[in-house]
Amino acid sequence: MRWGSGFTASGLAAGMRKHHELVWPASSKTVTLPQLTRRLPILAYTLRRLVILIASLLIAAIVLFVLLRLLPGDPANALLGVGATEAQIAAARSQVGSDQPLYTQFVSFIGNLARFDLGTSFVSRASVAGEIGNRMSVTLPLTFLGFLLALALAIPLGIIAAVRSDRWYGGLISVVSQLGIAIPVFWVGILLVTLFAINLRLLPSGGFPLRGWTNFGEAAVAMILPVLTIALVMAASVLRYVRAATLDVLGSDYLRTARALGSSFPQALIRHGLRNGAVPVISILGIELASTFLGAVVIERVFSLPGLGSMLLLAIQQRDYPNVQGVLFVSTLLVLLIGFAADLLQRFIDPRLRDRGAGTP
Amino acid sequence: MSLLSVQDVTFSYNASKRVLDGVSLTIEPGDSIGLVGESGSGKTTLLRLLLGLTRPSSGSITFNGTPLDPRSARFMRDYRRQVQVVFQDPYSSLDPRQAVLSIVSEPLRALRIPGDHRQMVSDALASVGLERNILGRYPHEFSGGQRQRIAIARAIVAGPSLLLADEAVSALDLSTRIRIVDLLKSLSEQMTLVFVSHDLGVVAALCQKIVILEKGRIVEAGATASILANPQHPYTQRLLSSVPRMPA
Repeated sequence: MRWGSGFTASGLAAGMRKHHELVWPASSKTVTLPQLTRRLPILAYTLRRLVILIASLLIAAIVLFVLLRLLPGDPANALLGVGATEAQIAAARSQVGSDQPLYTQFVSFIGNLARFDLGTSFVSRASVAGEIGNRMSVTLPLTFLGFLLALALAIPLGIIAAVRSDRWYGGLISVVSQLGIAIPVFWVGILLVTLFAINLRLLPSGGFPLRGWTNFGEAAVAMILPVLTIALVMAASVLRYVRAATLDVLGSDYLRTARALGSSFPQALIRHGLRNGAVPVISILGIELASTFLGAVVIERVFSLPGLGSMLLLAIQQRDYPNVQGVLFVSTLLVLLIGFAADLLQRFIDPRLRDRGAGTP
Repeated sequence: MSLLSVQDVTFSYNASKRVLDGVSLTIEPGDSIGLVGESGSGKTTLLRLLLGLTRPSSGSITFNGTPLDPRSARFMRDYRRQVQVVFQDPYSSLDPRQAVLSIVSEPLRALRIPGDHRQMVSDALASVGLERNILGRYPHEFSGGQRQRIAIARAIVAGPSLLLADEAVSALDLSTRIRIVDLLKSLSEQMTLVFVSHDLGVVAALCQKIVILEKGRIVEAGATASILANPQHPYTQRLLSSVPRMPA
C-alpha cells in the first residue's frame, strides 16, 4: 500500500531542532560536567539527589548527636556501677570522650561516621559496626523477604481487584485488604503464632538459631512466620495502591486505543498497565519498605529475633550509647537509600520525569 | 459488495434509553463519510460498534459480507488489520511511557504482522510528514499536531483498508487542525475513511458523503455538497445555521 507523501516537515522544524540539541555533537571532544548534565537530565537529577542524600545524612547525624547529648546523665555513668569513685568516673569520661568540649566531640563523631567507625559498645566492648552487621543478617532478610512476598501477593491481587471490581471476588479482595490495613502488625503476628505454632504445631513460635544462617534450615524455618506477618500487613496496604493505579490505567485512553488497534485485553494491560501503574506505586513501595524496616523492631520482639530492632531496644535499656547511635545512624542511612533508589527507579520508568531531571527533585 | 454494512442496529446502555435506534448505513470501498451530530447523538457509540469494542443490542454489522463477531479472536485480528482508528485526544491516546517506535508498531505486534517493523514504522511516519529519526522519542516531546500525526501513523502502519477517525481534529488548534485535515484528505484518496465529528465545516472539507445523526437516528444522508446546499431535515438545517461565520 502507498501513502501520500506530500507533507513537508516545515512545521516540525522547531521540534526537530530541540531533538538535535540532545544529540552528542561529533565535533566536541571535551565535555564539562554542566554540559553533560544538560544533555543527560537523569544524570543531573542523580547528582542533585545524591547531594540531597548526603546533606540529609549530615542533618540526621547532627540531630542524632544533639539528641543523645540532651539525654540526662553522662554516658560514662553507663560504663560504671552506682558505687564508682570520682577517679573511676573521670577515667570513664576520658575513655568515652565526654570530658571534651562539645564541638570537639562533634568533629570526632562526624569524622568517625565518615570512616564508618561506629565505635565500640559500652557493654560488650565489641565493635558496633560488627554487631550491626550480625544483626542485619536477621533484619535485612526479614524485611526484604517480607517485602518481596508482599509484592508477590499485592500486585496480582490488586490487579484482579481492579479488573474484576464488578465481580464478588474483586469486592472481597478489597474488603479483606481494608481489614488487613486496620489490624496492627503485632496482632497479625500473634494470630499466626496461635494458628501455626500453638494449634497446628507446624512452625516455631519464635527464636533464631545461635549459629545464625550457618544453620540454614533452622534459620529459614524460624523466618517463615515473621516474614509472613510482614508480608500480609504490607500486602494489604500495597494492594490498595496497586488497585487504584490499575483502575486509573483501565480508564485511560491509551489502553482503550490499544484494544481498538488490535491488542487483546491481557496484552494491553501488560504492555501499558504495568509500567504506567508502576510509577505511583513505586513511591509508595519506597515508603512501605522504609517503614517496614523501621517497624521490624515490633516483629523481632513478637518472634524473639536477634535483629537490629532488638539490638536498639537492648541498647536503650542498657544506656549503651554507641550502639543506640550506630543503629539509629545505619537505619537512617538505609531509609534514605531506599528513598533514593525509589526516586531513581521512578525516573527510570517514566520518561517525562526523566526529562525533567534538572527540575526539582 | 459493500465494505462495511450496518443494518437496523440499535444499542442501549440500559433498558430505558436507546443510544442508537434503527441505524442502517453502507460504506463502499473508497468512500469518505462524515458522521455528524451533536454530543449525545450516538456517533461515538456507532464508532465503537464499528470497531467491535461493543456489540449492538440488535441488528447486524457485516464487513465484506461477513458478520462482525467481537467474540472471535481470529476474526477480530483479521478485521483490525483492515480497520484501524484514530481517536480524538492526541495527548491521552498515546501511552506516555512508550517511545514512538513502540507506539506506532503496536498494531504490527498485536496483529502479528510479519516484516521489518522498524522500517514499516519509519515509512508510516514519513507518510504523515514526520521525520524518521524520532523513533526513540516520547509523546511529551511533541506538540498536539505532531502527536496526532503519530496517532495517524499508528493507524495506517498495518495498511488498513478502512480508517475510522473519532473527532480526530477537535482537540487541535485551528492551524494544526487544517494541516491534519489535509493529511486525512490525502489518506482518504488511498483508503476508505469514516470521520466522526460534530464540526460540519471539517466534514465538508474532508468527506464526499455525510450522515447526520440526531438522538441515535439517522435523519439525513447523502452527498456532502448536496446536503449542505439543500438540507432537508430541520435538524440538519439547525446544525448548518449554528456553524460560526466570520462577519461580512
